[in-house]
Amino acid sequence: MSPISRGFHRRHEEAEPAGRVPPGQYVTPDFPVLSAGPTPHTPVANWTFSIEGGQSPASWTWAEFQALPAETVTVDIHCVTRWSKLDTVWKGVSLDVLLGAVSYDAPYVLAFCDGGYTTNLPVADLKDGKAWVAYSYGGSPLAPEHGGPARLLVPHLYFWKSAKWVRGLRLRETDAPGFWEMYGYHMYGDPWREQRYAGD
Amino acid sequence: MAWQTATVDSLVDETASVRTILLSVPDWAGHEAGQHLDVRLTAEDGYRAERSYSIASAPGEPVAITVERLDDGEVSPYLTEELRAGDEIELRGPIGGYFVWEPAFSGPLLLLAGGSGVVPLRAMLRHRSRVGSSVPVRLLYSARSWAEVIYRAELARLGDGVQVIYALTREQPPGWTGYARRADQAMITEVAWPVAQAPLAYVCGPTNFVEAVAADLVALGYPPAQVKTERFGATGTP
Repeated sequence: MSPISRGFHRRHEEAEPAGRVPPGQYVTPDFPVLSAGPTPHTPVANWTFSIEGGQSPASWTWAEFQALPAETVTVDIHCVTRWSKLDTVWKGVSLDVLLGAVSYDAPYVLAFCDGGYTTNLPVADLKDGKAWVAYSYGGSPLAPEHGGPARLLVPHLYFWKSAKWVRGLRLRETDAPGFWEMYGYHMYGDPWREQRYAGD
Repeated sequence: MAWQTATVDSLVDETASVRTILLSVPDWAGHEAGQHLDVRLTAEDGYRAERSYSIASAPGEPVAITVERLDDGEVSPYLTEELRAGDEIELRGPIGGYFVWEPAFSGPLLLLAGGSGVVPLRAMLRHRSRVGSSVPVRLLYSARSWAEVIYRAELARLGDGVQVIYALTREQPPGWTGYARRADQAMITEVAWPVAQAPLAYVCGPTNFVEAVAADLVALGYPPAQVKTERFGATGTP
Protein backbone atom coordinates (compact mmCIF):
# COMPACT_ATOMS: atom_id res chain seq x y z
CA MET A 1 0.00 0.00 0.00
CA SER A 2 2.96 2.34 0.42
CA PRO A 3 3.53 4.52 -2.64
CA ILE A 4 6.79 3.75 -4.38
CA SER A 5 9.19 6.67 -4.08
CA ARG A 6 10.05 7.33 -7.71
CA GLY A 7 13.81 7.20 -8.26
CA PHE A 8 14.66 6.20 -4.69
CA HIS A 9 17.01 3.33 -4.12
CA ARG A 10 19.24 1.91 -1.45
CA ARG A 11 22.38 3.98 -1.15
CA HIS A 12 24.70 1.84 0.90
CA GLU A 13 25.54 -1.36 -0.91
CA GLU A 14 27.02 -3.21 2.01
CA ALA A 15 24.37 -5.39 3.57
CA GLU A 16 23.50 -4.89 7.18
CA PRO A 17 24.45 -7.93 9.29
CA ALA A 18 21.47 -10.24 9.05
CA GLY A 19 19.12 -10.12 11.98
CA ARG A 20 21.05 -7.51 13.93
CA VAL A 21 19.38 -4.32 12.75
CA PRO A 22 15.77 -3.73 13.80
CA PRO A 23 13.26 -2.40 11.25
CA GLY A 24 13.71 1.23 10.22
CA GLN A 25 17.22 1.52 11.68
CA TYR A 26 20.55 2.28 10.02
CA VAL A 27 23.99 1.41 11.38
CA THR A 28 26.30 4.26 12.33
CA PRO A 29 29.96 4.19 13.28
CA ASP A 30 29.39 7.39 15.27
CA PHE A 31 27.97 7.70 18.74
CA PRO A 32 25.36 10.47 18.43
CA VAL A 33 24.30 12.46 21.45
CA LEU A 34 20.67 13.38 21.93
CA SER A 35 19.06 14.92 24.97
CA ALA A 36 16.31 17.31 25.97
CA GLY A 37 18.42 19.73 27.95
CA PRO A 38 21.89 20.67 29.13
CA THR A 39 24.27 17.92 30.25
CA PRO A 40 24.40 17.59 34.03
CA HIS A 41 27.82 17.29 35.64
CA THR A 42 27.59 15.52 38.97
CA PRO A 43 30.84 15.03 40.88
CA VAL A 44 31.20 11.39 41.93
CA ALA A 45 31.74 12.59 45.51
CA ASN A 46 28.06 13.61 45.48
CA TRP A 47 26.79 10.63 43.52
CA THR A 48 24.57 7.91 44.93
CA PHE A 49 22.47 5.22 43.32
CA SER A 50 19.29 4.28 45.18
CA ILE A 51 16.50 1.79 44.90
CA GLU A 52 13.41 3.29 46.50
CA GLY A 53 10.17 1.62 47.46
CA GLY A 54 9.95 -2.09 48.15
CA GLN A 55 10.52 -3.52 51.60
CA SER A 56 14.21 -2.67 51.99
CA PRO A 57 15.34 0.36 50.02
CA ALA A 58 19.08 0.58 49.37
CA SER A 59 21.59 3.21 48.40
CA TRP A 60 25.22 3.08 47.28
CA THR A 61 27.84 5.80 47.20
CA TRP A 62 30.24 5.89 44.26
CA ALA A 63 32.90 4.04 46.24
CA GLU A 64 30.41 1.41 47.35
CA PHE A 65 29.13 1.08 43.79
CA GLN A 66 32.64 0.61 42.40
CA ALA A 67 33.16 -2.21 44.91
CA LEU A 68 30.20 -4.17 43.54
CA PRO A 69 30.85 -7.01 41.10
CA ALA A 70 30.94 -5.56 37.60
CA GLU A 71 30.74 -7.05 34.12
CA THR A 72 32.03 -6.01 30.75
CA VAL A 73 29.44 -6.57 28.05
CA THR A 74 29.31 -6.09 24.29
CA VAL A 75 25.86 -5.14 23.03
CA ASP A 76 24.08 -3.51 20.10
CA ILE A 77 22.15 -0.33 20.85
CA HIS A 78 19.20 1.16 18.97
CA CYS A 79 18.06 4.76 19.20
CA VAL A 80 14.49 5.74 18.35
CA THR A 81 15.92 8.44 16.06
CA ARG A 82 16.94 5.47 13.89
CA TRP A 83 20.64 5.02 14.39
CA SER A 84 21.92 1.69 15.63
CA LYS A 85 25.42 1.04 16.87
CA LEU A 86 26.74 -2.50 16.93
CA ASP A 87 29.20 -4.12 19.30
CA THR A 88 29.38 -1.37 21.90
CA VAL A 89 31.43 -2.27 24.95
CA TRP A 90 30.31 -1.24 28.42
CA LYS A 91 31.30 -2.00 31.97
CA GLY A 92 28.86 -1.78 34.82
CA VAL A 93 26.91 -3.47 37.55
CA SER A 94 24.12 -5.83 36.57
CA LEU A 95 20.64 -4.94 37.76
CA ASP A 96 20.49 -8.53 39.02
CA VAL A 97 23.12 -7.54 41.61
CA LEU A 98 21.35 -4.28 42.51
CA LEU A 99 17.82 -5.69 42.65
CA GLY A 100 19.21 -8.71 44.46
CA ALA A 101 20.18 -6.42 47.34
CA VAL A 102 16.61 -5.33 48.02
CA SER A 103 13.37 -7.04 48.87
CA TYR A 104 10.41 -6.09 46.72
CA ASP A 105 7.48 -7.40 44.74
CA ALA A 106 6.68 -4.36 42.61
CA PRO A 107 6.40 -5.06 38.86
CA TYR A 108 7.55 -1.66 37.52
CA VAL A 109 10.20 0.95 38.06
CA LEU A 110 10.62 4.60 37.23
CA ALA A 111 14.29 5.39 36.70
CA PHE A 112 15.21 8.89 37.87
CA CYS A 113 18.23 10.96 36.89
CA ASP A 114 20.19 14.13 37.41
CA GLY A 115 18.59 16.90 35.35
CA GLY A 116 15.12 15.49 35.97
CA TYR A 117 14.94 12.83 33.25
CA THR A 118 12.84 9.78 33.99
CA THR A 119 11.85 6.64 32.14
CA ASN A 120 9.65 3.70 33.05
CA LEU A 121 10.35 -0.01 32.67
CA PRO A 122 8.95 -3.34 33.80
CA VAL A 123 11.18 -4.94 36.44
CA ALA A 124 11.19 -8.07 34.29
CA ASP A 125 13.11 -6.13 31.61
CA LEU A 126 15.86 -5.29 34.09
CA LYS A 127 16.45 -8.81 35.34
CA ASP A 128 18.18 -11.96 34.13
CA GLY A 129 21.18 -10.40 32.48
CA LYS A 130 19.27 -7.80 30.46
CA ALA A 131 20.33 -4.55 32.14
CA TRP A 132 23.20 -2.77 33.85
CA VAL A 133 24.11 0.52 35.46
CA ALA A 134 27.11 1.29 33.29
CA TYR A 135 29.97 3.64 34.17
CA SER A 136 32.45 2.82 31.47
CA TYR A 137 32.12 2.88 27.70
CA GLY A 138 34.71 1.65 25.22
CA GLY A 139 37.20 1.10 28.02
CA SER A 140 37.04 4.65 29.39
CA PRO A 141 34.95 6.32 32.07
CA LEU A 142 31.56 7.22 30.65
CA ALA A 143 31.63 10.83 29.39
CA PRO A 144 28.99 13.25 30.70
CA GLU A 145 27.37 13.80 27.29
CA HIS A 146 26.87 10.04 27.00
CA GLY A 147 25.38 9.82 30.48
CA GLY A 148 28.34 9.77 32.83
CA PRO A 149 29.04 9.22 35.72
CA ALA A 150 26.63 6.32 35.11
CA ARG A 151 23.65 5.46 33.00
CA LEU A 152 21.15 2.69 32.74
CA LEU A 153 21.96 0.25 29.94
CA VAL A 154 19.00 -1.77 28.64
CA PRO A 155 20.02 -2.71 25.10
CA HIS A 156 16.95 -4.75 24.17
CA LEU A 157 14.77 -1.62 24.28
CA TYR A 158 15.13 1.69 22.43
CA PHE A 159 17.97 3.63 23.94
CA TRP A 160 15.84 6.36 25.51
CA LYS A 161 15.10 3.70 28.13
CA SER A 162 18.84 3.52 28.91
CA ALA A 163 18.51 6.60 31.07
CA LYS A 164 21.54 8.86 31.18
CA TRP A 165 22.77 10.31 34.48
CA VAL A 166 20.73 7.69 36.34
CA ARG A 167 20.58 8.09 40.11
CA GLY A 168 18.13 5.36 41.02
CA LEU A 169 14.99 3.39 40.51
CA ARG A 170 11.64 3.89 42.19
CA LEU A 171 9.78 0.59 42.49
CA ARG A 172 6.10 1.00 41.56
CA GLU A 173 2.90 -1.03 41.45
CA THR A 174 1.84 0.62 38.19
CA ASP A 175 3.61 1.59 34.99
CA ALA A 176 3.84 5.40 34.98
CA PRO A 177 5.07 7.25 31.89
CA GLY A 178 8.48 8.85 32.20
CA PHE A 179 9.79 11.92 30.36
CA TRP A 180 9.57 10.88 26.71
CA GLU A 181 6.61 8.61 27.34
CA MET A 182 4.69 11.68 28.52
CA TYR A 183 5.51 13.32 25.17
CA GLY A 184 4.11 10.48 23.09
CA TYR A 185 6.83 7.89 22.96
CA HIS A 186 5.94 4.24 23.50
CA MET A 187 5.53 2.95 27.05
CA TYR A 188 7.62 -0.18 26.34
CA GLY A 189 9.83 0.58 23.33
CA ASP A 190 10.76 -2.74 21.68
CA PRO A 191 12.86 -1.92 18.59
CA TRP A 192 12.09 -5.30 17.03
CA ARG A 193 8.39 -4.47 16.97
CA GLU A 194 9.22 -0.86 16.05
CA GLN A 195 7.43 0.51 19.12
CA ARG A 196 8.60 4.11 18.75
CA TYR A 197 5.46 6.09 19.57
CA ALA A 198 2.33 5.54 21.65
CA GLY A 199 -0.02 3.24 19.81
CA ASP A 200 2.65 1.60 17.65
CA MET B 1 0.68 6.60 14.94
CA ALA B 2 -0.35 5.78 11.40
CA TRP B 3 1.62 6.46 8.26
CA GLN B 4 -0.21 8.55 5.72
CA THR B 5 0.45 9.48 2.12
CA ALA B 6 1.21 13.14 1.42
CA THR B 7 1.71 14.89 -1.90
CA VAL B 8 4.53 17.30 -2.64
CA ASP B 9 3.01 20.66 -3.54
CA SER B 10 6.11 22.70 -4.20
CA LEU B 11 9.80 22.94 -3.52
CA VAL B 12 11.82 25.98 -2.50
CA ASP B 13 15.60 26.04 -2.77
CA GLU B 14 16.75 27.85 0.35
CA THR B 15 20.49 27.46 -0.27
CA ALA B 16 22.68 25.36 -2.57
CA SER B 17 22.16 22.32 -0.37
CA VAL B 18 18.93 23.05 1.49
CA ARG B 19 15.40 22.72 0.17
CA THR B 20 12.00 23.29 1.71
CA ILE B 21 9.29 20.85 0.73
CA LEU B 22 5.67 21.99 1.04
CA LEU B 23 3.19 19.17 1.40
CA SER B 24 -0.49 18.43 1.17
CA VAL B 25 -1.33 16.05 4.00
CA PRO B 26 -5.01 15.07 3.83
CA ASP B 27 -5.38 13.83 7.41
CA TRP B 28 -2.96 16.11 9.19
CA ALA B 29 -4.13 16.61 12.76
CA GLY B 30 -2.20 19.84 13.24
CA HIS B 31 1.10 20.44 14.95
CA GLU B 32 2.89 22.70 17.39
CA ALA B 33 5.89 24.87 16.64
CA GLY B 34 9.03 22.82 17.23
CA GLN B 35 7.63 19.38 16.52
CA HIS B 36 8.89 17.06 13.83
CA LEU B 37 7.55 14.40 11.51
CA ASP B 38 8.85 11.11 10.16
CA VAL B 39 9.26 10.50 6.42
CA ARG B 40 9.36 7.04 4.86
CA LEU B 41 10.61 6.21 1.37
CA THR B 42 10.01 2.87 -0.35
CA ALA B 43 12.13 1.76 -3.30
CA GLU B 44 10.81 -0.48 -6.08
CA ASP B 45 12.53 -3.48 -4.53
CA GLY B 46 10.73 -2.83 -1.28
CA TYR B 47 13.75 -1.31 0.49
CA ARG B 48 12.62 1.31 2.99
CA ALA B 49 14.28 4.18 4.76
CA GLU B 50 12.81 6.43 7.42
CA ARG B 51 14.09 9.72 8.80
CA SER B 52 12.80 12.51 11.04
CA TYR B 53 12.62 16.15 9.98
CA SER B 54 11.60 19.22 11.96
CA ILE B 55 8.44 20.88 10.72
CA ALA B 56 9.39 24.23 9.21
CA SER B 57 5.92 25.75 9.13
CA ALA B 58 3.78 27.23 11.87
CA PRO B 59 0.62 25.64 13.24
CA GLY B 60 -2.14 26.31 10.74
CA GLU B 61 0.18 26.67 7.76
CA PRO B 62 0.63 23.91 5.18
CA VAL B 63 2.99 21.26 6.45
CA ALA B 64 6.54 21.96 5.32
CA ILE B 65 9.92 20.44 6.07
CA THR B 66 13.34 21.90 5.31
CA VAL B 67 15.98 19.33 4.44
CA GLU B 68 19.72 19.75 4.21
CA ARG B 69 21.51 17.49 1.74
CA LEU B 70 24.16 15.43 3.50
CA ASP B 71 26.83 14.33 1.02
CA ASP B 72 26.85 10.71 2.11
CA GLY B 73 23.19 10.67 2.96
CA GLU B 74 20.68 8.15 1.71
CA VAL B 75 17.45 10.08 2.17
CA SER B 76 18.47 13.75 2.11
CA PRO B 77 19.97 13.66 -1.41
CA TYR B 78 16.71 12.12 -2.62
CA LEU B 79 14.54 14.73 -0.93
CA THR B 80 16.67 17.68 -2.01
CA GLU B 81 17.49 16.61 -5.58
CA GLU B 82 15.13 13.94 -6.89
CA LEU B 83 11.75 14.68 -5.35
CA ARG B 84 9.34 16.64 -7.59
CA ALA B 85 6.04 18.42 -7.17
CA GLY B 86 3.28 15.86 -7.51
CA ASP B 87 5.31 13.01 -6.00
CA GLU B 88 3.82 11.13 -3.09
CA ILE B 89 5.65 10.57 0.15
CA GLU B 90 4.71 8.73 3.32
CA LEU B 91 4.90 10.54 6.61
CA ARG B 92 3.61 10.44 10.13
CA GLY B 93 3.42 12.94 12.90
CA PRO B 94 3.54 15.30 14.55
CA ILE B 95 6.07 13.92 16.99
CA GLY B 96 7.68 15.37 20.09
CA GLY B 97 6.07 17.61 22.64
CA TYR B 98 8.95 18.91 24.67
CA PHE B 99 10.84 21.11 22.21
CA VAL B 100 7.76 23.21 21.55
CA TRP B 101 7.07 26.92 21.95
CA GLU B 102 3.63 28.34 22.57
CA PRO B 103 2.81 32.04 22.75
CA ALA B 104 1.41 31.48 26.23
CA PHE B 105 4.91 30.71 27.52
CA SER B 106 6.10 33.79 29.31
CA GLY B 107 9.50 35.33 29.40
CA PRO B 108 11.66 36.65 26.60
CA LEU B 109 12.60 33.97 24.07
CA LEU B 110 16.18 33.08 23.22
CA LEU B 111 16.60 30.95 20.12
CA LEU B 112 20.03 29.55 19.30
CA ALA B 113 20.50 27.84 15.95
CA GLY B 114 23.48 25.94 14.60
CA GLY B 115 23.17 25.45 10.85
CA SER B 116 20.00 23.59 9.91
CA GLY B 117 19.02 23.72 13.59
CA VAL B 118 17.24 26.90 12.60
CA VAL B 119 14.36 24.90 11.11
CA PRO B 120 12.18 24.27 14.20
CA LEU B 121 13.07 27.73 15.50
CA ARG B 122 11.77 29.24 12.26
CA ALA B 123 8.46 27.45 12.88
CA MET B 124 8.37 29.13 16.28
CA LEU B 125 9.08 32.55 14.74
CA ARG B 126 6.36 32.10 12.12
CA HIS B 127 3.92 31.00 14.82
CA ARG B 128 4.78 34.05 16.90
CA SER B 129 4.14 36.34 13.91
CA ARG B 130 0.90 34.64 12.93
CA VAL B 131 -0.63 35.00 16.36
CA GLY B 132 0.62 38.56 16.81
CA SER B 133 2.65 37.75 19.91
CA SER B 134 4.84 40.50 21.32
CA VAL B 135 7.16 38.22 23.28
CA PRO B 136 10.66 39.66 22.70
CA VAL B 137 12.92 37.28 20.78
CA ARG B 138 16.59 37.05 20.08
CA LEU B 139 17.82 34.53 17.56
CA LEU B 140 21.53 33.72 17.49
CA TYR B 141 22.10 31.90 14.21
CA SER B 142 25.46 30.30 13.63
CA ALA B 143 26.21 29.33 10.04
CA ARG B 144 29.37 28.67 8.08
CA SER B 145 28.83 31.52 5.64
CA TRP B 146 26.24 34.01 4.49
CA ALA B 147 25.42 31.77 1.51
CA GLU B 148 24.49 28.97 3.91
CA VAL B 149 22.01 30.99 5.96
CA ILE B 150 18.61 29.39 5.50
CA TYR B 151 15.51 31.66 5.27
CA ARG B 152 17.79 34.65 4.81
CA ALA B 153 15.20 37.02 3.33
CA GLU B 154 12.48 35.94 5.73
CA LEU B 155 14.67 36.50 8.79
CA ALA B 156 15.48 40.01 7.56
CA ARG B 157 11.77 40.87 7.51
CA LEU B 158 10.81 39.81 11.01
CA GLY B 159 10.37 43.31 12.31
CA ASP B 160 10.17 44.78 15.75
CA GLY B 161 10.56 42.57 18.72
CA VAL B 162 12.83 40.07 16.98
CA GLN B 163 16.58 40.55 16.92
CA VAL B 164 18.56 38.25 14.68
CA ILE B 165 22.27 37.98 15.39
CA TYR B 166 24.46 36.00 13.02
CA ALA B 167 27.73 34.26 13.70
CA LEU B 168 29.40 33.34 10.40
CA THR B 169 32.08 30.91 11.35
CA ARG B 170 34.01 30.11 8.19
CA GLU B 171 33.55 32.91 5.70
CA GLN B 172 32.17 36.44 5.99
CA PRO B 173 31.06 38.92 3.35
CA PRO B 174 33.23 42.02 2.77
CA GLY B 175 32.65 44.64 5.42
CA TRP B 176 31.12 42.14 7.87
CA THR B 177 31.08 43.56 11.38
CA GLY B 178 29.17 40.74 13.04
CA TYR B 179 30.48 37.67 14.84
CA ALA B 180 33.01 35.75 12.80
CA ARG B 181 33.61 32.79 15.09
CA ARG B 182 31.85 29.85 16.69
CA ALA B 183 29.62 30.51 19.65
CA ASP B 184 31.54 30.73 22.90
CA GLN B 185 30.88 31.89 26.45
CA ALA B 186 31.63 35.53 25.64
CA MET B 187 29.24 35.55 22.69
CA ILE B 188 26.48 33.81 24.66
CA THR B 189 26.95 36.28 27.51
CA GLU B 190 26.54 39.18 25.09
CA VAL B 191 23.50 37.76 23.32
CA ALA B 192 21.50 36.04 26.06
CA TRP B 193 18.61 37.71 27.82
CA PRO B 194 19.51 38.44 31.45
CA VAL B 195 18.58 35.58 33.76
CA ALA B 196 16.54 37.97 35.89
CA GLN B 197 14.05 38.32 33.03
CA ALA B 198 13.20 34.61 33.31
CA PRO B 199 13.96 33.82 29.67
CA LEU B 200 13.21 30.58 27.90
CA ALA B 201 15.94 29.21 25.63
CA TYR B 202 15.73 26.76 22.73
CA VAL B 203 18.98 25.43 21.31
CA CYS B 204 19.02 23.37 18.13
CA GLY B 205 21.76 22.14 15.85
CA PRO B 206 24.68 19.70 15.69
CA THR B 207 25.60 18.17 18.99
CA ASN B 208 28.86 20.08 19.48
CA PHE B 209 27.04 23.39 19.07
CA VAL B 210 24.21 22.41 21.39
CA GLU B 211 26.51 20.98 24.05
CA ALA B 212 28.65 24.12 24.18
CA VAL B 213 25.81 26.64 24.03
CA ALA B 214 23.64 24.85 26.59
CA ALA B 215 26.59 24.65 28.98
CA ASP B 216 27.31 28.36 28.44
CA LEU B 217 23.71 29.26 29.27
CA VAL B 218 23.77 27.18 32.44
CA ALA B 219 27.08 28.83 33.37
CA LEU B 220 25.32 32.20 32.98
CA GLY B 221 22.73 31.08 35.48
CA TYR B 222 19.94 29.85 33.23
CA PRO B 223 18.04 27.13 35.11
CA PRO B 224 18.60 23.89 33.13
CA ALA B 225 14.85 23.39 32.88
CA GLN B 226 14.62 26.69 30.98
CA VAL B 227 17.11 25.50 28.36
CA LYS B 228 15.50 23.13 25.88
CA THR B 229 17.76 21.34 23.46
CA GLU B 230 17.27 19.45 20.25
CA ARG B 231 20.30 17.89 18.72
CA PHE B 232 20.24 16.97 15.08
CA GLY B 233 21.87 13.59 14.85
CA ALA B 234 24.19 15.33 12.40
CA THR B 235 27.05 12.91 12.64
CA GLY B 236 28.13 12.68 9.02
CA THR B 237 25.87 9.71 8.43
CA PRO B 238 22.38 10.17 6.96
